[in-house]
Order: sequence, then C-alpha cells, then structure tokens
Amino acid sequence: MADSKYLVGVFDDSDEILHAVEDVRHQGVKIHEVYTPFAIHGMDKALGYAFPRMGIAAFSFGITGTCLALLLTFWTMGVDWPINVGGKNFFPFPTNVPIVFELTVLLASFGMAFTFFFMEGMGPSAKPIIFDVRSTDDKFIMAIDLAKNKLSEGDISKILKSSGASEVNVKEA
Amino acid sequence: MHVVSPIRETLVMGGKTYHDVTEDICRHVESKPTKEWKIVFGISVLVLLYGTAWVFWTWWEGLGVWGLNKTVGWAWDITNFVWWVGIGHAGTLISAVLLLFRQKWRTSINRAAEAMTIFAVICAASFIVMHMGRPWLAYFALPLPNTFGSLWVNFNSPLVWDVFAISTYFSVSCLFWYIGLIPDLATIRDRATGTRKKVYGALALGWTGGAKAWARYEDVSLILAGLSTPLVLSVHTIVSFDFATSVIPGWHTTIFPPYFVAGAIFSGFAMVQNLMLVTRVVYKLEDYVTLEHISLMNKIITLTGSVVGIAYITEFFMAAYSGVEYEQYAFINRMAGPLWWSYAAMMTCNVLSPQLFWFKKIRENILVSFVMAVIVNIGMWFERFVIIVTSLHRDYLPSSWAYFTPRLGDISDYIFSFGFFFTAFFLFSKFLPVINMAEVKAVLKSSSEKYPEKKKVTA
Repeated sequence: MADSKYLVGVFDDSDEILHAVEDVRHQGVKIHEVYTPFAIHGMDKALGYAFPRMGIAAFSFGITGTCLALLLTFWTMGVDWPINVGGKNFFPFPTNVPIVFELTVLLASFGMAFTFFFMEGMGPSAKPIIFDVRSTDDKFIMAIDLAKNKLSEGDISKILKSSGASEVNVKEA
Repeated sequence: MHVVSPIRETLVMGGKTYHDVTEDICRHVESKPTKEWKIVFGISVLVLLYGTAWVFWTWWEGLGVWGLNKTVGWAWDITNFVWWVGIGHAGTLISAVLLLFRQKWRTSINRAAEAMTIFAVICAASFIVMHMGRPWLAYFALPLPNTFGSLWVNFNSPLVWDVFAISTYFSVSCLFWYIGLIPDLATIRDRATGTRKKVYGALALGWTGGAKAWARYEDVSLILAGLSTPLVLSVHTIVSFDFATSVIPGWHTTIFPPYFVAGAIFSGFAMVQNLMLVTRVVYKLEDYVTLEHISLMNKIITLTGSVVGIAYITEFFMAAYSGVEYEQYAFINRMAGPLWWSYAAMMTCNVLSPQLFWFKKIRENILVSFVMAVIVNIGMWFERFVIIVTSLHRDYLPSSWAYFTPRLGDISDYIFSFGFFFTAFFLFSKFLPVINMAEVKAVLKSSSEKYPEKKKVTA
C-alpha cells in the first residue's frame, strides 16, 4: 500500500460530486473511491457498484435465529423436561412465538451488523487511509489511484478541475 | 437536480453550512465541561448515590422495605418498570419508524432519543432485578440447566418472554444507536489530536465514509429499522402480556397490547420532549431543534394521548358489555374506589391536558410544552399504578382487601432510577454528539433555510 499514489479531488457540494463522478467515469478514469460526510443517494449507482445485499446476511442470520429458538424451546419443553400442565400439549407452538421472534430479531440484527463490519474491514484497531480529514466534515473527496489509470497525472487533474473540483491534491499511501 | 418543494418545512434554521453543523455539534464534545453541566451532573450523581444506597439496602433487608402487602404484591416496582420501558420506546419509534416513513425531522432528535431509550431500558431492568428480592438469583430467569438436573425455565410464561424481549430490545437498541454514531465518531476523530483521537478513532472503527461503505450503511440502517419496528411493538405487547394473560379482573383484557404500545409512545415522546427542550438550550442547539420539531412532537403526543383515552373508555365499555360481575366491579372500583384519585390523575394528565395542543399557540409555546410533557409522564406513571394497584387491592376475598401506601423504600428506589437516568444522559450529552451530524447534513439541502435560497439564485 505504501507505494500507491492517489490524486485526491476535493469538491464542495454533494450534487457537484455526483455529477463529477459521472463525468469523470465517462472520460475513462477509474475512481478508487468517493468519500463523503453523509450518504449521497445515487452515488453507488453512479460509481457502478452493485446494490448492497446486507439483507441476505440479515435473512440468513435471522432464519438461523428462528431455527435455534425453535430448537431451544422444543427440546427443553418437549423433550428434555416435559412439564405436564393439566394434560396440555408439551410444546404449544403459539406460546413460543415471542421467544422465536425475539431470537430471530436478535440474531438478524447482530449478524448483519457484524457482517457489515467484517465486509468493510471495520474494527477498533482498523487503520484506514484517510485521504482528507475534511471528508467527514464538509468536503466531498474523490480518490483516484494513478497506478490503475492509463491517463497521466496531469490529464486526470485537468478532468477533475473541469468537472468542478475546488482542489486537486496528491496523496501517497 | 435537487428539487425542493416550497411547502417543505424548514428543519435547520440560521443558514447553516455543512461545516457549521460540525462545529455546532462537536463544540460541546471538544470543549471543557461548562459550569452548568457540572452542577446538573453533580446533582444527578448525588441522587444516584442516594438511590444506590437504598437499592443495596433493599437487597440486604429484603422487599419488606417496600409497602407491599399480601394482597398488593406488585406496586411501584412494576409500575416503574412498565413506565421506564414505555419511555424507552420513543427512541426506537423516532429512529426506526420515522426512518421507514422518511420523516426528515427525526434527524435532529433521534440520537438523543435513542440514548434515552438505552438508559430507560436499564432503569426498567433495574426494577425487574430489584423486585426479584434475591437479585443474585436473577440468572434463574435464563434458560440455563440447573445443577440438580435439566429443569428449564417455562417458555410458556410471559415473564420469561419479557426477559427475552427486554434483553433483545436493549441489545438491538444499543446496536442501532452505535451504528448511528459511527460516522459522527469519525468526524470527531478527524478533528481531534492526541488521546481523544485515539479513543474516538477506536470507537469509530475505522470509518472513512467511502461510497461503498455508505451504501451498505444505509442498507444496514434500513433493515435495522425494519427489524426494530416490530421489535419495539413486540416488547410492549409482551410487557402487557404480563398482565393480560393473567385472570385478574382489570388485567385480563385483549386491548392491552395496542393500548400499552400507544401509551409507551405517548410517554416516551413526552420524555424526549423534556430532554430536548433542556438540551437545545444548554448546548445552544435552537437552530437544530426548532419550534417545528417541538410542534410535531406535540402533535404525536396529542394523537397518542387520544388513542390512550379511547382505550380507557373501551375498557369500561368492554367491562360493562361482558356482563362479568368481577370485571365490572374492577372498573367501578378503579374509578370510584379508594384509589379514585390516581384514576382522576391519570384521566386528567393523559386524556384531557394534551387536548390543549389542538391550539397552535399552545403547541408552539416552549414552556407549556415542557410542563405538559412532565404532566404526561406523571399521568402515564399513574396509568400503570392504576392498572396494577387498583386491580389487585380488592381481590375475590373481601377479608383480604387492602390499601397500598408507599414507604421510603419504594420512593427511594424510584429516585435511584432518576439518578441513574440523568447521570447517564448527562455523560452521553457531554462525550458524544447529541445530534446526528451526518443525517442532519444529509437533509440540509432540502430542509435548511440556506440551501433552497442558494438553489433559487443559481438555477
């Protein structure tokens, strides 16, 4: 990572950078990533990213929770220590719905959240490359990896400027 | 590109830019605590210490320090539990339900409301542990095989459902709140130096705000909101099952789940209103929590107050219509029995007083809003007291009829929860951003004073 050289375009407005992304990609420049202080709707589409599929993680963990909860209640109430309450069913399904629901939600939420942290490489000791500290404040940053582009530094810089960047900096990381 | 409806209400006043938002909200995290903060925090800690001493005394001495008797076996403990859980619900409602409904006004209040949820649920749980009498055996409520054989908890019991519901709710609320905090923690990290940078950097989990991360983040938030919405409804439904599945006249009613949920939103919004009215002044956030927000909150308070009022009347109708003598007596006794004053307090505070908010002038008056929010919470406390104590104090045997009088133990343990709640809230409001900066910035263009004007000029 230490030998990569990036061009960092700084934009002042969320709509400007959204147009700039389309513009820059149209001119054949590969964008490394765009960093913004808040989510800009349509940005993932403009960058050509696939639709986020966190729902798959939530569903998988959720269904795991459902099965585990059913197993827990069925095994404890129906198999391991059945309690005879006035001759009623040992495993009445409706009374187990709350437990099953709660465990489904619990596993779905935490499973999805940790999947998200894992996919983004997030954690307390994560050392991210911060291209510009203002990107969590009020600036919208477009980072371009020079090694992955055929165009020269000067050309890309020109394209960035013409599409509305207020500054173009170089960052080695 | 950005189409802004001219009738869209202004949510951020004072012509704020993105940088102004960062500055205004990070300021109190980065500066030294103010004198006012130290005073209110000091008072909270003293109250907490007093309460903690009493909680330990309650555990040491036993539940005899409370005013319970053979007939009234649940009183302030469960009243406080249901009250706090109900208050907690507003946080999830604001962040999850209003997110699903795309209500942009939630952005200035959701952070504080979610924090409030977490602290309120802890307060509620503390009463559950307290009322066990032997808190060191609290793990009996968990499905653990005991040492004498594998006797499990009874999964048919609403009290066990409650354990699962409250703990799931607490965990998921913490998660939702923390995920919401991550981008703001990164903002603080990128402005800080030294130890603060390290601490907030670790807490921010290496967030950079990349477009891929944001897309996933939005997806995660939306799904979490979708999961939290039925969760929050399930929690208070299950709390109401604690009563509704019993055969006590006055408790045994099918209206309880929706009625409890409406009451929870009602009291929770009132508590958020109280906290935000204070926070906006102390941290000078009047531009973010505007009269518009206060007015919208008051509208929800009026709506839910009226729903609760209809529920009270429905209960009476159902008791009369059922033809069950015991049920009918329970409700007549509730209104005109020895505890009539608590019923009157409930009716006045919950049903009548919020109706004043039909007047715009009253709805947009800060002082009235604050006082009304306090009144609503008093009323909601009495609602739970009415349900619990008046249904119990006259049971089937007239020889065992009793009255409930609180003792110092009841009162002090209740004070404990306030001590904890405010200590935790003041700590939160000092060390973490009380307003979600990323979300406020995201709605700035469509909803602030500044940007629509700018758009008009450039377009």
